[in-house]
Order: sequence, then structure tokens, then C-alpha cells
Amino acid sequence: MSPAIELIAINKSFGAVHANKDVNLSVERGTIHGIVGENGAGKSTLMSILYGFYEADSGEIRVNGNPIAIRSPNDAIRAGIGMVHQHFMLVEPLSVVDNVMLGAEGGAMLRAGEAKVRAELARLARDYGLEIDVDATVGDLSVGLQQRVEILKALYRGADILILDEPTAVLTPPEADALFGLLRSLKEQGKTVILITHKLREIMAITDRVSVMRRGEMVATLKTASTSPPELAELMVGRRVLLRVEKAEKVPGAPLLEVENLSVVDARGVLRVANASFTVRAGEIVGIAGVAGNGQSELLEAIAGMRRPSLGSIRLEGKTIHSSEHNPHRMRELGLLHVPEDRLRMGLVPAFPAFESAILGFSHEPHLGRGPILDHDRLIADLAKKMEQYDVRPPAPRLKSSKFSGGNQQKIVLAREIERNPKVLLVGQPTRGVDIGAIEFIHRRLIALRDAGVAILLVSVELDEIMNLSDRILTMCGGKITGERKAAETNEQDLGLLMAGVTDEAA
Amino acid sequence: MDLGILVTVLDSALRLSIPLLAACLAGLWSERSGVVDIGLEGKMLVAAFASAAGAYVFGSAWTGLLVGIAASVVIGLVHGFASISQRGNQIVSGVAINMLAAGLTAIVGNAWYGQGGRTPPLEGDQRFGGVLFGHSALVYVVLLAVPVTWFVLGHTRFGLRLRAVGENPAAVDTAGISVTGLRYTAVIIAGVLCGLAGAYLSVGQAAGFLPNMTAGRGFIALAALIFAKWRAWPALGACFLFGLLDASANQLQGLSLPGIGEVPVQAIQALPYLMTVILLAGVIGKAIPPRAAGVPYVKER
Repeated sequence: MSPAIELIAINKSFGAVHANKDVNLSVERGTIHGIVGENGAGKSTLMSILYGFYEADSGEIRVNGNPIAIRSPNDAIRAGIGMVHQHFMLVEPLSVVDNVMLGAEGGAMLRAGEAKVRAELARLARDYGLEIDVDATVGDLSVGLQQRVEILKALYRGADILILDEPTAVLTPPEADALFGLLRSLKEQGKTVILITHKLREIMAITDRVSVMRRGEMVATLKTASTSPPELAELMVGRRVLLRVEKAEKVPGAPLLEVENLSVVDARGVLRVANASFTVRAGEIVGIAGVAGNGQSELLEAIAGMRRPSLGSIRLEGKTIHSSEHNPHRMRELGLLHVPEDRLRMGLVPAFPAFESAILGFSHEPHLGRGPILDHDRLIADLAKKMEQYDVRPPAPRLKSSKFSGGNQQKIVLAREIERNPKVLLVGQPTRGVDIGAIEFIHRRLIALRDAGVAILLVSVELDEIMNLSDRILTMCGGKITGERKAAETNEQDLGLLMAGVTDEAA
Repeated sequence: MDLGILVTVLDSALRLSIPLLAACLAGLWSERSGVVDIGLEGKMLVAAFASAAGAYVFGSAWTGLLVGIAASVVIGLVHGFASISQRGNQIVSGVAINMLAAGLTAIVGNAWYGQGGRTPPLEGDQRFGGVLFGHSALVYVVLLAVPVTWFVLGHTRFGLRLRAVGENPAAVDTAGISVTGLRYTAVIIAGVLCGLAGAYLSVGQAAGFLPNMTAGRGFIALAALIFAKWRAWPALGACFLFGLLDASANQLQGLSLPGIGEVPVQAIQALPYLMTVILLAGVIGKAIPPRAAGVPYVKER
């Protein structure tokens, strides 16, 4: 039997960037095939070519053994390929029915097609347990249900081969488990699934085979059963990496950051953080775990002084922060520094050269120039030194901030904040969009800071990262802190339940 | 105040609201597809001139209408090329079209007819006469466009796709439908409707073209569009309301109210703008434009 999908010598360039170099891939029918690789390794480009979103510069695509030309998503859909994009391709103000129907209306008038969609959705709900309120407005659905709509769209179009791009990035662990259950039942029904992810745990849990991409090339295809996460990580990065950072036991010191009954109401009047209280001590990393959008961002911003809390108080080194001092500038002066979640929006100015981004928020410091005049030569020399210490590549202070890769941008931000000798460091999503090599570096830096006695509050949606780095873990759901665990005494299932809002009292 | 005056006011409100309605529906089609159309005014003006000139040359109001529609569609395609194909700024393109239209119609009009930018007066078959209740066929065509717009947008495949492309073009693209094709179609429909609006002004209501005869109606239509929250039936209501305000301003001229004295006509004429400002401030309700309106579609990498 010929493979469901064969890609032969695919090449694709965007300007000077060679995103896919002579890529070969063969996906067996009725299997779950994982594709892993770092950000920018070319996974998404390859799948976009398969789905007809881009056209390859050269190469051949075979579906079930037949060479076909895929010039648009239409061709892909006709060949039985469906795709669930990382950023959902849904029209939020429209209903589930309308979204499923879009592009497959079955006639100029909607009425007939609508009846068919309803019947078909009822059948899919029965066969796969994909139940959904078909008349709900998609924008009102939870992220997990929106993803279900995306899968239903593909199945409604008769997809035999389903591509999922980072499908668990937005899901709670229980939701992710439900998704994996669905993928297994799709496989049992003879469908082929291609799963793109950077989470090796998922690859090991669900795939039959796995292909690894690195810098636009396909470096290996392996049977999942005969490989291991360290081997995959090494293939992805091209050298040995430590997946777990070693950290020594440490008794935390005095409380440096104390948050008491903090509540935050956003501009629309919605309560985003409800009555949060916790302490971070010297030489301790406290991790906040939670699915994106459960108040972690608002909590960080409120502590940093970017948002005014509606209630509650913050103490730094035992001293209560008066509301007149509670602004980012003053907080930094007091020793609370902040590596914000979204480096492109808050961490640096993409259009500025790196040496300007590297002094954002500190441009008033007297040693950076004379009076109001900044000393560019000095800034450039300073950053060049830091770039060497932090292994920023390329080490070019004059290069535009946007030209660096995510990992290197993050290192520039990190260097800027760490250099100011923080007492308390707030860190948001330190490794989002950062390649494995840089993740390892950033993690080691954070541990070193902890060992030097800094109090670190870490917010991340990557549960692995939280579990790896933290000494203590808090979980957030719907703005509330739903639980607290010692990192050594918990596991993923336990945290998953807390993140889904099942509190200790309820359990 | 008797029934006669009421009928007169309502009748004139209808007349005054028709060009607003046609332009408003034009904006609706364009913006529901994601193309912001601030150039309604310019397209109307070009259509008004072209219709009057066409009607004069060919001696037929209907031929004039076709010429007007053609001219308006051409201008619409210029806007489409700038904002869809070239992914330019839609506001800048719209403003440019308004300035171009104001200048071009006056200059060409003056060059052709030497009457200070006017076209020669139209008479007889060169104008649209009343066919029913004293209103011309154009009035009914524009009124008919309301249910047609409502039905096509809400109940046809094309309408579903058009609504989708104004909200999330990437979703349409990945469903295998051409974003560009849909948006150009919408821009052409907007051109046709602006053509109707312009022709109504110069060949229906008036007897010939006057420089700048649209007098800001394109902008009032945009206000009505926001008022109507980009929906067809409410657009009819909003335009009729604005027409009514305009008609009462004429009727109230010189009227004295106890305690206030003579009502300044300008106060009434300013009402549509005032109401729009209040609406935009969020007092009457939230007006959420199509999410992708004004954003050129670029495939993500």
C-alpha cells in the first residue's frame, strides 16, 4: 500500500531564507506522524505547502501514491487533506454552522447546505463524540471548543489526512488529553494524522513515527517506540542538550515580594485577578502555572506597576509600596525588574537598533551619556560586551532588534534586566518562541540568579518549564489562585486539575 | 401643522434619503468585505457628473445612468487596486479619490461646457420623471436594493463568504476561496450603488450637474452606516432619519419656538453629525465594524 503522503525534494525560499531544503517525507496511512523541530525549522512552511497555502519552488507531492499539484487550499481539500491551524481560521461573529459551511456551501443558496451541515455534524458528534452547540457564535466558545470546530470543518470536507499545527498550545492538560483521545479514534477509523509540535512529551505519548526538522532540512524519521526525548532534542538542535536543568536544593531566605489580596479589574470592567496572595522569598523561584488568559499576565503587569490593582497591597523587602510609587519606573529603581511576556510589544522596540532596545526604560541613567545626550559609542560597546556574555547571535549591536531570532531577542531583554542587579525579577513566558539551545541558556541563567539570592516570579504556559525551574508552584484559573504545591511533590495530572479550576477544597 | 405638511415633509424626506441610502449600501457592501470606503463622496460626485453629461449627450436618462455607473465603478476599481492588490492605506486612497473627484468634475465640466463646471440643463427624456406617486424609477430601484442586500448577505453562499472575508480573510483563504476576488466584487457593487446615488442627484432630483453637488452626502452616508451597524434594514432607517432631519430643516426655516426664538437651520442640519458623535461615544450602543475592515490581507509566513 502506498503511503498517504509523500513529499519528494521540496524546496521553498522566502527571499534569502531557504525555509525548506530538499525535504523528503513519507507518512504511512492510518498512523499518527509527528513532526518536531525548533521555531523556524520549516515545519509550518512544509505543512503550508502541503495544504496549498504556499506553492513549493520545486519538488513533488504524492497523495496515496498519485502525484498531484496542490496550488491552493482547494486542491488540498479535494485531495482529502484538512488542516487545523495554530491560529484558528474561524470567523468569530458567525455561528458554528456558518463556519463549517464556509467554502463548502453546496449551492448558491445557504438553506440546502445548512440542512446537510446540521445532519453531518450530528453524525460526527455521534461517531467521534465531537458534540457542539451548532448554533453558538464561535467567538463565544472556549478555545478547546473552537479547536473542535476547526476539526469538524476538516472532517466535514471529507478529510482523510488531518494536519494539526501545535494543537495543544492553547489547551489545558485535560483538554489536550481529550484531543489525543480523539486523534486515536480517528486513527482507528483509518484516518492519517500529522501532528506538528515542539513538545517532545506529546510526540512520545501519541505518535507512531516522528520526523525531525532542523534549519529547513529533514534530518531524521524514526519509529517513536525506538527513540527517546534526549535523542529527539539532540536531532532538533544538532548537539547534545540538557532537557532538565540541574538545580541544587536551597533554603529560601527572607520574603522579598509579598502580594496580599491583589485584585485587578480590566478596562472593560472584568475581574481578571481575584484576591491573590503569595510571597516570593530570596533565592526562590515561584512559578505560576495556568492556561493562557487566566489572569497571569494581568497579575504580572499589576505587580510591575503597569496596571493599577483595584484592591490589595504589595510589599517589597517588607516595605509596603504606596500607590504613588507603584509605577514601572519606581519599581525598577526599588529593585523589582521585569522581563515582560511579549518581548516584541513590551520588551523591545522592533524597529530600534539592538543597542537602543538594550537601554529601554533605563535611558535616564547618568552613566549612559552626558546630560541629555546619549553616548552611542558607549552603548554599542556595552552591548557588545553583554552580547558576548549572553551568547547573542549575531553579536551585532547596531542590527535592528527585529532582525534577531526570538531567542536572541529574549537574551537581549534578559541581559538588560539582569544587569540592573534585581532583588526581585518578574519573568513572563521567558522561552515562548525561543529555540531549544537558547531555552537551555535562559533556564541556566535564571537558576544562577536564584542561587545568587534573587526572588523570581515566573509565569509560563509551558508546564514543563514551570515544573523544571520552580521551587514552588502556584496555579491560576479564572483569575484565582487555585492551588500551591512544592515542585518536588506534584505532577502534571495534579497541576492539570488545579489549572482547570478543581481546587483542593472541591477535591 | 396639518396632514398636508406632514405628507410634504415625509415625501421630501424620502427624496432626500435616497442618495444617502444608495451610498450607505455601497459603503455597507465594501466594508462588510473588509475594504473601508471613505471615497463614497467622490464616487457619487463623479457618477453625478458622468450621468448628467451622458444623459445630455445621448438624450436619455437611462443611458446617462449607465455612464454614471460605469464611471463610478472605474473609480471604485482604482480604490480596489490601491487597497486590495497594492495593499495600500484605504483611508489615504479614499481621501485621494474624494479630492480627485472634486477637482476633476469641475475642470472637465468647465472644459466641455464652459458653464463654470455645470453641465447644460437637462429636460424631457434626459431626466428621470415620476413613475409612481411622483417618484422616479431610481427611487424604487434604490429601495429595492435594501431587501436584496439583506437577502444576499444573509442567505446566499456569496453573502456568507463576503461577511467572512470582512471578519477574517485568512479563514476564507484557507477554505480555498479567493479573498481578492470577493473584495473586488464588493468594490464593484459599491461602485454600482454609488453610480445610482450620483445619477439620482444630477438626473433625478436636479436637472443637471453642479460642482460639488454631493455636498458631503457621502460622509453622512458613512455616518448612517455606523448608525446602522453595517446592516441593511437599519441602514434604511438611519438614512430615512437623516433625510427626515434634512426635510424638517427646510420646513422649520424661519419657525419660531417659544422661549428659544427662531430655530437656526444649521442646528437641525448639524443633527446627523451630532447623533453620530454621540453614537460613537457609545451612548446609544456599541457599533463594532467588521473586524478586518481597513486591513489589507497579507498571507502570514
